[in-house]
Amino acid sequence: MSSAVFSTSAAQGRPFVFETENGSEVCPEPFQEQLFTAPRPPQRAASAAFKDARLASVTPASRLAVRPAPEMVTSGIAEMDALTGGLPRGCLTEICGPASSGRSTLMLSALAAATQRGECCAVVDASDALDPQSVAAAGMELDRLLWVRCGENSVQAESRLEQLLRVTDLLLESGGFGLIALDLGDLSPQSARRIPLATWFRFRRAVEHTPTVLLAMERQSIAGSCSSLLIKLGSLKPSAPENQASPTPTHVQLLTQVEITAELVRSRMDRKPVRSEITFASKTAWAG
Amino acid sequence: MPFACIFVPNFPVAAVSRAEPELRALALAIYEGKPPMEKVFAVSESATRLGITPGMTKAQAELCSELTLRPRSLRQESGAHAAMLDCAQSFSPCVEDAAVDTVILDLAGMDSLFGAQPEIARNLFRRAAELGLDVNVALASNPDAAVFAARGFSGVTVIPSGKESECLGSLPVKVLFAERMEGEKKEENREESARRLETLERWGVRDLRALAALPEVALSERLGQEGLRWQKLARGAASRTLVPVEAPTIFEEAVELESPIVLLEPLAFLLNRLLEQICARLASRALNTQELRLTLDLESFSSFNPQSKINNQQFSSPATIENQQSAICSTRPKQFHRTLCLPLPMLDPKLFLKLLQLDLNAYPPGAPILKIHLEARPARPRSAQGGLFLPPSPEPEKLELTLARIAGLVGESRVGALELLDTHRAEGFRMRRFGLGATQESAAKNNQPRQTSEPAEGKCAVAALRRFRPPLRVTVTMDNPELVRVVCPKKKEVQGSVLWKAGPWRNSGDWWEREAWARDEWDIALQNAEGIFLYRLVHDLLGGSWFVEGTYD
Repeated sequence: MSSAVFSTSAAQGRPFVFETENGSEVCPEPFQEQLFTAPRPPQRAASAAFKDARLASVTPASRLAVRPAPEMVTSGIAEMDALTGGLPRGCLTEICGPASSGRSTLMLSALAAATQRGECCAVVDASDALDPQSVAAAGMELDRLLWVRCGENSVQAESRLEQLLRVTDLLLESGGFGLIALDLGDLSPQSARRIPLATWFRFRRAVEHTPTVLLAMERQSIAGSCSSLLIKLGSLKPSAPENQASPTPTHVQLLTQVEITAELVRSRMDRKPVRSEITFASKTAWAG
Repeated sequence: MPFACIFVPNFPVAAVSRAEPELRALALAIYEGKPPMEKVFAVSESATRLGITPGMTKAQAELCSELTLRPRSLRQESGAHAAMLDCAQSFSPCVEDAAVDTVILDLAGMDSLFGAQPEIARNLFRRAAELGLDVNVALASNPDAAVFAARGFSGVTVIPSGKESECLGSLPVKVLFAERMEGEKKEENREESARRLETLERWGVRDLRALAALPEVALSERLGQEGLRWQKLARGAASRTLVPVEAPTIFEEAVELESPIVLLEPLAFLLNRLLEQICARLASRALNTQELRLTLDLESFSSFNPQSKINNQQFSSPATIENQQSAICSTRPKQFHRTLCLPLPMLDPKLFLKLLQLDLNAYPPGAPILKIHLEARPARPRSAQGGLFLPPSPEPEKLELTLARIAGLVGESRVGALELLDTHRAEGFRMRRFGLGATQESAAKNNQPRQTSEPAEGKCAVAALRRFRPPLRVTVTMDNPELVRVVCPKKKEVQGSVLWKAGPWRNSGDWWEREAWARDEWDIALQNAEGIFLYRLVHDLLGGSWFVEGTYD
């Protein structure tokens, strides 16, 4: 049988069997002598009946048993919990947005809530940008937070990324953490996109069926369909703070709050949010 | 009242065989002394069959090609003796350290715990084998009878009460005068023993049965009270109380190497063996360990690898360097020390080996290794009660290994928990060890129920700062005294016109120290083509430079 026969049959949608009515097209018999002493077995025709018989044992996806919904935990911010229902355990959640959009605020709030629940948490800091005073002001239990500071100052972004991925693998393998946050906030989107999708898929499988919340914070979404929850934070609006009238001297002015706009881009949870976009204020540590 | 005796025949050979089990099947001879006058000190049975005897010189013994020679190691013998004591102490609290190769146990009341006497004897034998010792075990109704039976009969021997004379009768009289292998009067004891044996042999007394049968009066006339004491011992009728010893809580093992080790793989093999022995001894005493100290004797410090971290540390700081994880002794430069501090008491030799491997990979010795000494500090096992409602936490053993691996990737000082310092200085914090011990105990004590999806009502998020490490030097354009524009040459994103500003607020401190600091801080909003961003701008009053310290995010 030549390869041309196979390709022709495949292109025309025929099964790989010899049909007697088309036998001269597919494989002409150059010899007249009888090749088989026994009668040939009847050819099976590709028919709808054949397909139904084979597919009868396959269960349609709509009839599959419903997966239990993942447990949701609070993010530490009531408005965010109202938007998303909380952060899902055993799933990957992405928080993306530009600088000064409130990503770190949201990440620290989630970490603080987890440590206050008595869980051990870890933050893998690709750019070594975590501020200890902000961590303490967020209400974090410092004993329960593991901080991994990737890379030295002179190291290239690629090696920081490599360290981040390897450390994340080790933490997921160790298990037992309530929340693991990957801080990719200062990496350029080009560098962050170097993480292959297969890696995100591996991370997602690693936390599946565990009580660990995996949180990735970056400038743009890079995990694709591997993330179960995608929250996008908006840029700052071009307006001065309310209590900052221009004639007032600058030394009596105070940054008291930062408005954060969050949009729920994707959610694989059963719970449907009332709204998909919210705005809330985060206060500074000295605002009281 | 039953007593048990554990005796290690040919103790120096047994101590070496315990450290190197592969030598058990070979003809082995132990030598001691200063070169070139080293002499054979002890030989195995196989070596005896080859014609090697104690007292031969090392050079003579080396002529035998099938013979394996090892130097005598007092550390190995000490380790083997400590293992014997650990084995004995795991069966009885009353243990006498009779000799370096003999320990005696008082088994009164132990049958309710460990079963009948034969069972106890078999368990003793088995436990000693687990610790790497090939011993003789004997049980009798008095200590001396147990000692003679252990020295005279191999394997496990149980002498029923009242049958001591009958069972011991076949033993040679020299069993009464087994020399002590340590002590200042070693030579005197040996000579005295030889004279006594000679006397008995001239009388035709070869075994204990013959000695027991001698008339008491005639014996006392010739040998005095000492002779009567020997006869009592031969009859198995002597009784005494044990002098119990408080076994030292030192768990250490050592091995000396014939040829120096250069690679870490064979070192790991030997460390594994030492760790298994130490953990077995700790387990026999129901103890764990929270600190492991590794000391390596190095061959020479003249051929250092200049890239080695340990070398850099020694050259840069001649004073003794101490931290939680390493201690380098500068007074004895031929030794290399590493200390492994564990967050919780543990007893897992595989975990310890992995941690030591990771540590040695990060801090290699830098020279060939001649001797390995490992010591474990004992600790009571941790007793934490689990609960159904406790929050998830990593397993301590897994976590310790994970932290060691992460430290190998990012550096030891860049992984851990945060600790804020009592200062207003920027970056006033330090990294400390991340541990579970305190968090687990407090959680269990408070019995805090797990909070699931409870929304944080009424709580407002706190705006976080993302720091630039190091701070970014910027150029600030001012329109006296207003900030107009900020430009960072290193990071093009950090630039723009100042849309809004708040400050300055003066912050200073440590003016009484050398590292005084004084700065003015601003919170600014920069606008550029990409949007509006909030930064913390700092003016260093002492140096005059401007920096962007971080961004509010």
